[in-house]
Amino acid sequence: MEAIARLTSELIDPNSTDVLAAGKNAAAAASAGYAYGLAAIGPGIGIGYLVGKSVEAMARQPEAAGMVRTTMFLGIAFTEALALIGFVVFILLKFA
Amino acid sequence: MKKCVPQRLGGPLVNEKLSPLAMAAQGQAPEVTVSKDIIRRGLISAPIVMLVSGVIWGLTGAWSAGIGLALVLLNFGLAALLISWAAPISLALMMGVSLFGYLLRLGLISLAVYLVRDASWISLPALGVTIIVSHLGLLFWEMRFIAASLAFPGLRPNA
Repeated sequence: MEAIARLTSELIDPNSTDVLAAGKNAAAAASAGYAYGLAAIGPGIGIGYLVGKSVEAMARQPEAAGMVRTTMFLGIAFTEALALIGFVVFILLKFA
Repeated sequence: MKKCVPQRLGGPLVNEKLSPLAMAAQGQAPEVTVSKDIIRRGLISAPIVMLVSGVIWGLTGAWSAGIGLALVLLNFGLAALLISWAAPISLALMMGVSLFGYLLRLGLISLAVYLVRDASWISLPALGVTIIVSHLGLLFWEMRFIAASLAFPGLRPNA
């Protein structure tokens, strides 16, 4: 409790720039982590669904397996682009 | 009333139909062909990408664009290799490899960027923009070609 009180008083104190800078850095790091994590969840679900449906299609029509695999590969790559966008946001927020 | 109980005649009491996951893909691997096309186009467009990035961000931008493009091309190549390795073994393995391969490749890209992030010759904005633009650009380029070859299989359009 004492630490929280001290931190609060330092945050209110306009002369205490160190604590504010640390808080800002912590917020940036947390935002970067959330951005990367959330951006990786969606494509993970998408790729699982996409490949599952492709397997179903290949099992139903084995003669169309080549076409299905081609479109599946492109679909995986497009879905992955979302994760890459999240990753780039992460590196820009965290390191740039 | 007599209850109907399935008779076990030496086999397991499960659906005897073959599960799709137990099947394996046969024939040649189209992912490798697609991936080779993408890598060829990426290598062709590499000087232009590095030049544009160099004009915008300077020499560090040009190097960063080269690194970004290399990461994207390696990512495509690794994805194709993993899927083409797993598909002839079983479709279940292909599913697993697709999903865990995604995590693995994302981890490898993160590791590569983490290792070069403090280098003096790296511009992170240039690297990030190159990764996104080249990934999407090469995909759209390849998709256009594939859409044409699927719609008109006899024509075999050029790149």
